[in-house]
Amino acid sequence: MAEVGARYRKKRLDRGIKARADTIFAIASYREILYLLLPRALPVILLLVLPLLLRGYWGKVLVYSCIVGLLALSWDFLASCGLFSLGQSLFFGIGAYVAGTLSYYFHWSPVLTLPIAFLGGGLISAVLLSPVLRLRGVYFAMVTLMMPLLFMKMIETTGLLGGSHGLSALVPFPNEWVARYLAVGAFILCLFTFRRIINEDYGLVLKAIRDDDRAVMSAAINIYWRKTQALFVAGAVGAFAGAFMTHHYQFVGVTVFALDYSILPLAASALGGPGTFAGPALGSMILIPLSEALRALGGLRIALYCIILILSVIALPEGIFHYIERKYHQFERSVRIG
Amino acid sequence: MEGESLLKVEDLSKHFGGVQAVFKVSFNLGRGEFLGIIGPNGSGKTTLVNLITGFVKPDSGRVIYRGENIAGKKPYTIAGLGISRTFQMVRLFYNLPAYKNLIIPLSSSRVKKLRGGKYGERDDVAVDLLDDMGFERDSLVPYKLAGSLPHGYLKRLDLARAMALRPDLLILDELFSGMAMSEVASTLPLIEKFHEEGLTIIMIEHRLKELFRVVDRVMVLNFGEKIADGSPQEVMSTEAVQKAYLGIEVEIG
Repeated sequence: MAEVGARYRKKRLDRGIKARADTIFAIASYREILYLLLPRALPVILLLVLPLLLRGYWGKVLVYSCIVGLLALSWDFLASCGLFSLGQSLFFGIGAYVAGTLSYYFHWSPVLTLPIAFLGGGLISAVLLSPVLRLRGVYFAMVTLMMPLLFMKMIETTGLLGGSHGLSALVPFPNEWVARYLAVGAFILCLFTFRRIINEDYGLVLKAIRDDDRAVMSAAINIYWRKTQALFVAGAVGAFAGAFMTHHYQFVGVTVFALDYSILPLAASALGGPGTFAGPALGSMILIPLSEALRALGGLRIALYCIILILSVIALPEGIFHYIERKYHQFERSVRIG
Repeated sequence: MEGESLLKVEDLSKHFGGVQAVFKVSFNLGRGEFLGIIGPNGSGKTTLVNLITGFVKPDSGRVIYRGENIAGKKPYTIAGLGISRTFQMVRLFYNLPAYKNLIIPLSSSRVKKLRGGKYGERDDVAVDLLDDMGFERDSLVPYKLAGSLPHGYLKRLDLARAMALRPDLLILDELFSGMAMSEVASTLPLIEKFHEEGLTIIMIEHRLKELFRVVDRVMVLNFGEKIADGSPQEVMSTEAVQKAYLGIEVEIG
């Protein structure tokens, strides 16, 4: 009688803590506490330690990653209520110019200009885009793509706000440490605040608008007002990023409305996995350092960069974060068949 | 007709391209009344509901709700005034647990005003509401994903969503379509109870036997026009209704 060799198959089990609601956990051991806490604490600790370790150039890369991370978070927040933006540079540029103007003409310090750019940028973005909130999908995306170009050309041709030369010699941050920790702190704060908001009733309504706006309307909720609020929040975060960079470089020019600031956050979100905020945050932490590391390759850099991006989207269409999250919550083991 | 008028529709018309979906429909609905609307497929029943609830803007005519013309107002404004509806094709959030579906109406300013609900209590209110609708609390059905529930439950979830707004006027658009007999039998008493508690209801339904059991009055639409309005017995003995419904002339001996 021929013996059939033992065959194994892979068996997947969902780990996880049984809970009736996603806000209440029944924790039984330190292991479980660690299981819950580690994925949240580890990135925070890492981000807080990194500014101390990195020197010079790579310190700047970290700051830049956080700034693009803020833009990506802002993108994901808009996407969570069904607004697909191709114009993150609009928010970035508005914030940059608000801070730049106040700093150049009135010599105000970042202590004042950053909060003003944050609130004012959110307000301007919400007012500018609220008339097109009724547009869906690609039409909204097209308008957001055009808006930054409009601003760029307007400043260039009218010569207002420094025209094509920009505004220079702006008030800097007191020192490099303030800048680094401000960028990292804002990034962490934004990430955890957004994750909190989206899991509460307020975020539930935002996501419901994305899924079925008519059902939300029939629940007596003014969807346009909610979308305007989402625009304000996303605009404020994007504007803060812009204002930060203005003071960091001590310069603001029309390039703040450039396509880069629209595409990078989008690419970071696609890479990391949209819809969770952690995905776009992770995406920008990978994408920006990667793009800097490839800088040594000269002209081939962009080509290689694109190839990596395309491959990652094909291999992991759900995004890196969703993949990691799934694996983290699963056991895999081999089980004998028969 | 009991009490004062809650809803008064005057010469309401709407056409889509060359199709006259609703033509000069007028009717009056008293507070606490239970009106059934019937008619063959394509007779304009759902369009009429969409016109009243603001999902479709009328070409002409008025919708007077509590003395105010609401024709052409936004759906969320109208819902906020207390007109709540269910959808013929249920519109739910399938990737949310059933009870979370009710969080959306429960976080509207209308409910906040009426309930004074504090944050965090909404989940309990939602589960209570579902319990009333026959989602057994202890069976954990309210906590299951809406997408995993059978059709009958989805229809009742849609009803619960409409009721979560604490409406003054409830419009049911073919609530029973696709429901099993047993599900209809368990849902009908719920609706009767709402009515007894004083809720004004408009019910569009193809299941005439069940409808006639609960309504005070029936209105019949055909090709967008009102062809009859009265008690179920009166209406069904009208020649025009028999013609429209059966397609043949019936000799009543």
